[in-house]
Amino acid sequence: MIEKTTEVQLKTGLQARPAALFVQEANRFASEIHLEKDGKKVNAKSIMGIMSLAINRGCTVTLSIDGRDEEEAMAALIEFVEKEGNY
Amino acid sequence: MAKVRTSDLLENLDLELISGEDGIHRPIITSDLSRPGLELAGFFDYYPKERIQLLGMTELTFFQKLHSNEKLPRMERLCDDRTPAIIISRELEVPEELIEASERHAVPVMRSKLTTTRLSSKLTNYLEKMLAPTTAVHGVLVDIYGVGVLITGQSGVGKSEAALDLVKRGHRLVADDCVEIRQEDNDTLVGSAPELIEHLLEIRGLGIINIMTLFGAGAIRGNKRITLNVHLELWNSKKQYDRLGIEEDKLKIIDTEITKITLPVRPGRNIAVIIEVAAMNFRLKRLGINTAKDFTDKLANVISERDTDFM
Repeated sequence: MIEKTTEVQLKTGLQARPAALFVQEANRFASEIHLEKDGKKVNAKSIMGIMSLAINRGCTVTLSIDGRDEEEAMAALIEFVEKEGNY
Repeated sequence: MAKVRTSDLLENLDLELISGEDGIHRPIITSDLSRPGLELAGFFDYYPKERIQLLGMTELTFFQKLHSNEKLPRMERLCDDRTPAIIISRELEVPEELIEASERHAVPVMRSKLTTTRLSSKLTNYLEKMLAPTTAVHGVLVDIYGVGVLITGQSGVGKSEAALDLVKRGHRLVADDCVEIRQEDNDTLVGSAPELIEHLLEIRGLGIINIMTLFGAGAIRGNKRITLNVHLELWNSKKQYDRLGIEEDKLKIIDTEITKITLPVRPGRNIAVIIEVAAMNFRLKRLGINTAKDFTDKLANVISERDTDFM
């Protein structure tokens, strides 16, 4: 299991559309992926869970991933939240 | 992050702020209260400074009897930098010394209309509720015939679809995808939806739908005690599934164990009906009717009778 804390750089934060893309990305991997914000931990493969956190730009989030493709999953998801791009 | 602050008390318990406004954001870490009678008499050895301090008729009458040069120092010691609040009951007059000391140390002093006993039970209830341990679980919570059923399982196994089917059958949705669970009184789990996604359900291909506007107020519920867990998983032909229903599996959430049923999912199995029956069967068991056990007892009896006939 690996864990990493990062700051969300996405300009719009994880609004509905980027959240859906984030969850889609997370679902590509077999590992168990959890995202934590302010002590609230949700399954990163569940769109409602991610949206219930209302993650805005500058939020500090912790990703914890456990499974055989954890390294790839971490790299992909960290890249997703750390880029500023518009969706 | 603090769960409760003094300002929350002010908003929710009909209190009046008298002084010490600077300390209004102090965190409250315990639901225990203190009535600092002995402390007012000068005994501070065991002063529980992290608790909310309640001053009632007894304490304040005693305080008025103190010598005037003792009054301020006592109040100064009462206003510790960790004390979240000092609350006066029965709308009693607040001593000047307390106002002075509280302003200096930024300890909020508040006043209530209630009597001390009523106030302390109201405060305890509120704090117990707010400070209860919480967690979030990936799953769907549905109220089925009064049984709070938490449906869990891998992403995409069909939890939300099962919930939709259950709602169509007249049951109530509490939360989809992310259930916030609070443990009350050490052994009760209460689940609710995060505020942002209340009443919503996500179905692949349809997107986000609102259960309340689609099915009406009868189809939803704000919170529900969780007593049963139904875990859905894809049918694994190598795995043994329970055929009798005698053994009981458990799922532990925070410190509380609830009954867990594992249901294999396969095309052609109507999951909603099975979950509905699981909930009814669970109720029956609690009413003392355990079909699996009654049947195995009966079978054992018949077999042993045959044995004696044979001998």
